[in-house]
Amino acid sequence: MAAPIVIVGAGQAAASFISRHVALGSQQPVLLIGDEAHPPYQRPPLSKKYLLGELERERLFIRPLEWYADQAVELRFDTRVDAIDRELKKIVTADGDAIEYDKLLLCTGASARSLPADIGGTLDGVFTLRSIADIDKMSPQFQAGRKLLIVGGGYIGLEAAAISRQLGLEVTLLEMADRILQRVAAKETSNYFRDLHTGHGVDLRESVSLTRLQGEDGAVCAAELESGEVIDADLVLVGIGSSPNIELAQAAGLDCDNGVRVNEICQTSDPSIYAAGDCTSFVRNGQQIRLESVQNAADQGDLVARVLAGEAVTYTALPWFWSDQYDCKLQIVGLNQGHNKTVIRPGTDASSQSVWYYRDDELLAIDAMNEPKSYAFGRKIIEAGKHPTAAQVADPATDLKALAMS
Amino acid sequence: MANITWKMEDGSEISAEVKDGLNLMEAATANNVPHIEGECGGCLSCATCHVFVDPEWFAKTGEIDDIEDTMLEMTDVEREDNSRLSCQIVASPALDGLVLHVPEPE
Repeated sequence: MAAPIVIVGAGQAAASFISRHVALGSQQPVLLIGDEAHPPYQRPPLSKKYLLGELERERLFIRPLEWYADQAVELRFDTRVDAIDRELKKIVTADGDAIEYDKLLLCTGASARSLPADIGGTLDGVFTLRSIADIDKMSPQFQAGRKLLIVGGGYIGLEAAAISRQLGLEVTLLEMADRILQRVAAKETSNYFRDLHTGHGVDLRESVSLTRLQGEDGAVCAAELESGEVIDADLVLVGIGSSPNIELAQAAGLDCDNGVRVNEICQTSDPSIYAAGDCTSFVRNGQQIRLESVQNAADQGDLVARVLAGEAVTYTALPWFWSDQYDCKLQIVGLNQGHNKTVIRPGTDASSQSVWYYRDDELLAIDAMNEPKSYAFGRKIIEAGKHPTAAQVADPATDLKALAMS
Repeated sequence: MANITWKMEDGSEISAEVKDGLNLMEAATANNVPHIEGECGGCLSCATCHVFVDPEWFAKTGEIDDIEDTMLEMTDVEREDNSRLSCQIVASPALDGLVLHVPEPE
């Protein structure tokens, strides 16, 4: 019997691979190995409905546990893979099991960055937000009236701020850069979300550096800023980005560059080993990039299944993202890296607008805040390779649907 | 509980008893209905859970709000009058017997 396709890492990319593998009727056995206690689950709701306590854990699962057995997919949870033996085409688990593979798919994801221990990063009451276990640890402590300090004004920090305000916590958010979302969005989008959060009572501070967290009996109690100011905190959430989990790939000698390097069919530098999702690094429009998103994980996982089934496909998917904060639905399409101009399209009311990113006359990406039309038709416009003028986009009378269909 | 039936273009069918409160995108993926992906988890950002509702059932599936109406413009197979995103249809006893037709992208 042929060796199975072995997948290391049980997240979105793995689930999408298996779904497509099954849908294509592929008969090759699949073994999925994950280091958590759950089948692949959706991470985006963790910082939203799951933290709010509105979603049962099972509803996070991308497919129910039974589904995998029905598809004859073997699952191993709570299992870490320690090494890849590329010569013998085997992986070795932390328990010492050596498992042969025909093809190996690395879906090892990324890990939340934490603060160093010497500035209080390991005190009780300091959390990062990436997994079900993270939320299960923090949510009993997220009680109304408690003081939460969020370090980092990226999407995770902002989403957690929104939910925490809804839960009645007092929230202070620190951003080191001169504006929140600085790494990922234009200043217009930063301004929108700053107003949204301050309007909901978040004490949002930009251009602020944290010196260290102070503890009392092992638990965090305050944060000391570079300015000397001390902010009381019962809880601290650290949202300062993530790093790709590439140790396994690196140790096996696979090419890595802020991610496991893959080609246009998600193949690593070893032709028997593929990688998909947050852990990968790949070339898009001449730039080496890494994406942390459901879309990328799902589309790359799907692609690998098609490739292994013999389809002649390459990865060209258009990136898209979303975030929900209070009553704002943010939808993003495209990648704004390299833009040199932004155009604002006013929405139908004060809470809605979209930001269109251009490199010269080329439309690259759109941030749509409570503006689903800009997102939906903008996506069609970008997919069709069209580049409406700034004047067209800025004019609320312009019919985007007509632009997309023209 | 509601008994829901998904009909595929090739004539095959899948039926399942769906617990009240679950949306029909979740129910479809749990029951291995092809072509229903639900990548965004039901937050109206991907349009990958498009179905055609059997016309006699359409009114019972509820109102289409503005966001869903817009996202229906993004479906792989073009929308029709009886199109819904199935993540926005929530199972209840009133939907017992509902029939959904699953479009198949080229």
